[in-house]
Amino acid sequence: MYTNNNGTGDHTIVKRAKEDRYQHHDYYNIDELLTEEHLLARDAVRTWVKQEVTPIIEEYADKAQCPTHLFKGLADIGAFGPSIPAEYGGGGMDEMAYGVIMQELERGDSGIRSMASVQGSLVMYPIYRFGSEEQRRKYLPKLGNGEFIGCFGLTEPDYGSNPTDMITNVKDDGDAYILNGAKMWITNSPVADIAVVWARDEQGIIRGMVVERDMKGFSTPEIKGKWSLRASITGELVFEDVRVPKANVLPNVQGMKGPLSCLNKARYGIAWGAIGAALDCYDSALRYSLERIQFGRPIGQFQLQQKKLAEMITEITKAQLLIWRLGSLANVGKATPAQISMAKRNNVMMALEIAREARQMHGGMGITNEYPVFRHMMNLETVLTYEGTHDIHLLITGMDITGLNAFK
Amino acid sequence: MKLLVCVSKTPDTTSRIAFSSDGAQFDANGVQYIMNPYDEWYALVRALELKEAHGGTVTLINVGTESNDQVIRKGLAIGADNAVRVNCDPQSSLFVAKQIAEYARKENFDIVFCGKETIDYNSSEVGAMVAEFLDLPYVSFASKLDVSGQTATAARDIEGGTEMVEVDLPFVVSAAKGMAEQRIPNMQGIMMAKRKPLDVIDPVPFDELSTPVQYTLPPAKKTVQLFNADQMDELVRLLHEEAKVI
Ligand SMILES: Cc1cc2nc3c(=O)[nH]c(=O)nc-3n(C[C@H](O)[C@H](O)[C@H](O)COP(=O)(O)OP(=O)(O)OC[C@H]3O[C@@H](n4cnc5c(N)ncnc54)[C@H](O)[C@@H]3O)c2cc1C
Repeated sequence: MYTNNNGTGDHTIVKRAKEDRYQHHDYYNIDELLTEEHLLARDAVRTWVKQEVTPIIEEYADKAQCPTHLFKGLADIGAFGPSIPAEYGGGGMDEMAYGVIMQELERGDSGIRSMASVQGSLVMYPIYRFGSEEQRRKYLPKLGNGEFIGCFGLTEPDYGSNPTDMITNVKDDGDAYILNGAKMWITNSPVADIAVVWARDEQGIIRGMVVERDMKGFSTPEIKGKWSLRASITGELVFEDVRVPKANVLPNVQGMKGPLSCLNKARYGIAWGAIGAALDCYDSALRYSLERIQFGRPIGQFQLQQKKLAEMITEITKAQLLIWRLGSLANVGKATPAQISMAKRNNVMMALEIAREARQMHGGMGITNEYPVFRHMMNLETVLTYEGTHDIHLLITGMDITGLNAFK
Repeated sequence: MKLLVCVSKTPDTTSRIAFSSDGAQFDANGVQYIMNPYDEWYALVRALELKEAHGGTVTLINVGTESNDQVIRKGLAIGADNAVRVNCDPQSSLFVAKQIAEYARKENFDIVFCGKETIDYNSSEVGAMVAEFLDLPYVSFASKLDVSGQTATAARDIEGGTEMVEVDLPFVVSAAKGMAEQRIPNMQGIMMAKRKPLDVIDPVPFDELSTPVQYTLPPAKKTVQLFNADQMDELVRLLHEEAKVI
């Protein structure tokens, strides 16, 4: 283990020397179903993660600090909005490419993947999809190159799983709206330059708008004490009579369709990302099982350990097939929200269960930051909850197959 | 400046290496491949830097089968302008060098880059052979390379120090660690690479002069042996007879 706590209170971040020996696992040769472009994208992000994320992530997670310097690196490799057209600062890639990028980022850390999910799917996407040409030109290139950090405000202190009932609201005031209310659990909010905020207008219709950091009455207090996603910064958005120019309102969407279509994009990426976290846990457990000797043999020789590993790779392979099919549907615009819900729910729980099993396989070492497993396990608790909880996604599937709404 | 960079595909360093049961062939089953790091990190990146500073083009060349295209595309994604693949399955460095030289002769490159070696066969032969075929000067193992007008200066790491070499263009150089720093291709580069030309050409006929006949793996590492204090004679005997260190 390493620490830089030299007793002087000096907590500068030290890079860890330990090599990231991660190797991809592809039991069913699913790589053959990917294109050259997908494989190159995955390889590039994996290299970047090994160079930039692995050496620092344990330390940032330990100190519950956000490695904000990585925003620039994420922008440089093109991880922000890869499927948004290049002329607006995106990568012009397909949905499968977006997926493999999210998988590799989350292989490093769910918090790093969250940085990219929020920026790409929850901030750039709504501005691209629902914004005016002027708004697109104003914000997208700067979000794409990391000059601006964005966040997405939907959840409120009293409205989590049912954002439809949100109370954050705007009142018409000539050329502007007056925004009041508060958003809770907002990834990146304390470091964001802009926020895409969803609020109810005087007719009760949900509208999306871009709130800028320097607008009067707008503040973003940080939420402390998280045991999960510790390398990602989370905060509130507080609006006290914030004057938002009407030019900042997204003109081309009204109602919950706005935020929900963003969430669909992000959930799709999460369904890929979770596989990355699962692969990292499996990879670590497999290697550990071959290196750790007990009773005179590698623990990987014991049937109980083999059962864990065999079940892990089976579940990962199933998830990989599921996501490949979902990616193929997404590429032609045919992935339904309910199909995305199923993949998000399945893959995140799969990853969490693998993290827990892998944790046990590492014995005492498994609870330290010497291995990535415990960090993934803690992170995945958030991933299981945000972007629609595990239960909510089940109810979406339930509603889809029965036609009956369990929410009402 | 017209620059040519020779790139090859090698097994990832984490791959488990195995050979066919008769030991005559490398067993490619389950092996993950990468671009040879000396080609990618040093030769290609320095060529791109020179192009950025002086203008010109960077062309990639690979002698190999279609399965190498992904590695070539990666080079294009990192920034090369175009690529050529000589379509064949080469068996020796000499054959590879002959094919590269035949292509380079027609194109009149100012500098031909290759890596100092590939990390699989470690022969360090191709660059020297290409230079010989083309009758060009050759600078091996260069860890620095600068060009000014028609002259280049290269630093070569040699035993106990550095040798500075001056050479007129055109020439062939093999790149060692230090010549440049790895560049990770970004998504835009990857998308642009799709549209860059990758020409496939036929090899010129050439007889291989040597053929590998047998591969063997190094002996497996022995486990640690522990001795009690009263076994000193045995320890000394083993150090003398087996380890041969005393
Ligand atoms: C680290 C982190 C980052 C986040 N980032 C963002 C962000 O960037 N932007 C944003 O807008 N939000 C964000 N969220 C918020 C997240 O989306 C919400 O936490 C999530 O939607 C759940 O809401 P809640 O926490 O209010 O839980 P609740 O909705 O109160 O749910 C509590 C429990 O009740 C269950 N439940 C609720 N309704 C039902 C029902 N009808 N039937 C059965 N069970 C039900 C839930 O499944 C859950 O188990 C983030 C959350 C976290 C933890």
